[in-house]
Amino acid sequence: MKHKPRLPQGLLTTGSITLTVLVLFATLPGYASIYTVILLAAIFMYIVLTLSWSIFSGPTGYISLASAAFLGTGIYTSAIFGKMLPLPVVVGIGGLASFCLALLAGALTLRLKGIYFSMFTFGLVELIKHLMLWFEINLTGTRGRFVIVVDHITVYYVMLVLLALTILTAYAIRRSKFGLALQSIGEQEEAAAHTGVNVTLVKVSAFAISAFFVGATGAIMATRWTYIDPYIAFNYLFSFMPVLMAIFGGMGQLYGPIMGATVFAYLEEILITRFPYFYMLFFGIILIVSVLYLPNGLAGLIQGWQKRVWGARYVHP
Amino acid sequence: MSILEAEGITKHFGGLTALSGIGFHVDQGEILGLIGPNGAGKTTLFGLISAALPPDRGVIRFKGEVITGLKPHQVCRRGVARTFQSVKVFPNMSVLANVMVGSFFGRPNTVSAAAAEGESVELLEFVGLSAFAAIPARDLTLANQKMLEVARALATAPELLLLDELMAGLNPTEIGLAMDLVTRIRDRGITVFMIEHVMKAIMCVCERIMVLHHGEKIAEGTPKEIAASKTVVEVYLGESAYA
Ligand SMILES: Nc1ncnc2c1ncn2[C@@H]1O[C@H](COP(=O)(O)OP(=O)(O)OP(=O)(O)O)[C@@H](O)[C@H]1O
Ligand SMILES: [Mg+2]
Repeated sequence: MKHKPRLPQGLLTTGSITLTVLVLFATLPGYASIYTVILLAAIFMYIVLTLSWSIFSGPTGYISLASAAFLGTGIYTSAIFGKMLPLPVVVGIGGLASFCLALLAGALTLRLKGIYFSMFTFGLVELIKHLMLWFEINLTGTRGRFVIVVDHITVYYVMLVLLALTILTAYAIRRSKFGLALQSIGEQEEAAAHTGVNVTLVKVSAFAISAFFVGATGAIMATRWTYIDPYIAFNYLFSFMPVLMAIFGGMGQLYGPIMGATVFAYLEEILITRFPYFYMLFFGIILIVSVLYLPNGLAGLIQGWQKRVWGARYVHP
Repeated sequence: MSILEAEGITKHFGGLTALSGIGFHVDQGEILGLIGPNGAGKTTLFGLISAALPPDRGVIRFKGEVITGLKPHQVCRRGVARTFQSVKVFPNMSVLANVMVGSFFGRPNTVSAAAAEGESVELLEFVGLSAFAAIPARDLTLANQKMLEVARALATAPELLLLDELMAGLNPTEIGLAMDLVTRIRDRGITVFMIEHVMKAIMCVCERIMVLHHGEKIAEGTPKEIAASKTVVEVYLGESAYA
């Protein structure tokens, strides 16, 4: 609806490429090394974090730093229910718990604008971390917990499913009425409200939907950590990484955050093993360079090439 | 029959009284003008009607039902649409998409994508923006952005349209077109309540005019009566004496 003259061949190609990639990934554990499977699961995690962050923050421009709170909620769901319930249920509960947390936090704070909203979401991570700490020390008498161990292949498949669901959701929202409402809020919130958009409802539901995927990811990835405590589960890195990866990839297109997260996650893997002490420094440099020279991220760069190669005809602004 | 009634509307901003005990009504199908010097409280009054701001005191009734206390989107869905004194289009969305937001969300019933698009195309034609449907709204001239706001407001299928200084910043030709547009909107059966500083426009287009000064209603009547009113002339002469 936004880009009306869409080419049917274009859609067909996109569809068949997606299907091929999906089949490739689904059969991958059959022939790839276990190292590749583990790395890919980590990359999937970063893509889900980044893409779900951009579902809400991309169109609305409300910069959320709550990802770590949602991820941590998922991680704790797994630590608490992992031994009692089947894995898919645990993952579902992780998602729902984060969804509910986002509903509550969103209803309280989405009237805050700009930097105030970001600060609150940042505070939310700290708040829940300390609540959890208090709860553990005073009520359970421990500080950390052991998480059930799940084999790498299962983690991989659960992450693959979550990734597919996140991409599907992000795509569907972009093309829907709901997506138009989100965009109108980001463009001019006051006008959106006076044009009939229920801004609070739209913002809170988008925030909660994006939190769902983050929580579910936390629940499955927690099994990788084996032992967790509130400091491990509610790590600020997971609030900032999605923002950085989305900026790096570019938010104008769906594939922007996907590329950004893939490149970042892969770089992290390489850098952390070869330069364990300097890898954050490398990230810093990459980020500064991309902000300075790639204002629209990798996606913007690719669109620029497309324009030069095919002319401006097929490139949507 | 009146479509909008207000009694005892009062609004303070800190120590400043922007509106003090205003009462008025808008008749179904008329074009009512609202004039007054800068800072008189005109935009504030529109803000209260459209629920951008809550009144400190007083009630506003639309078609007999109290609308004070509702949210902006609820007032819009009931049938009151507005434009803004300082234009507020969705700058990076296409002109057509701007209008479609109105058709999709501004009505009590749900509208299919095809219907929304069809109506939006028709409304762009109505305000004279057909040629610009596909470009981003930020690339329109100021005059055209104002026309786009009108189209977006009309897309919400209003019964009452609040226009806040539609003609400010337009050149004489554009003012002529805007005056014609206001009359055509009324001919569609939509009641118009408009704030305007362009006297020629307000005198020609409006059937009735209300005058605010320092948050108080100082006069109300036909254009002829207002032009002849001593109080009104004093207020405006006083203003130009300072300027
Ligand atoms: N949000 C606000 N906070 C504080 N004061 C405000 C606010 N909005 C308006 N005012 C003040 O209230 C008074 C009335 O403002 P309003 O915008 O309603 O005037 P107006 O009649 O529309 O004037 P103009 O012709 O300049 O548009 C002014 O003194 C203005 O400074
Ligand atoms: Mg004003």
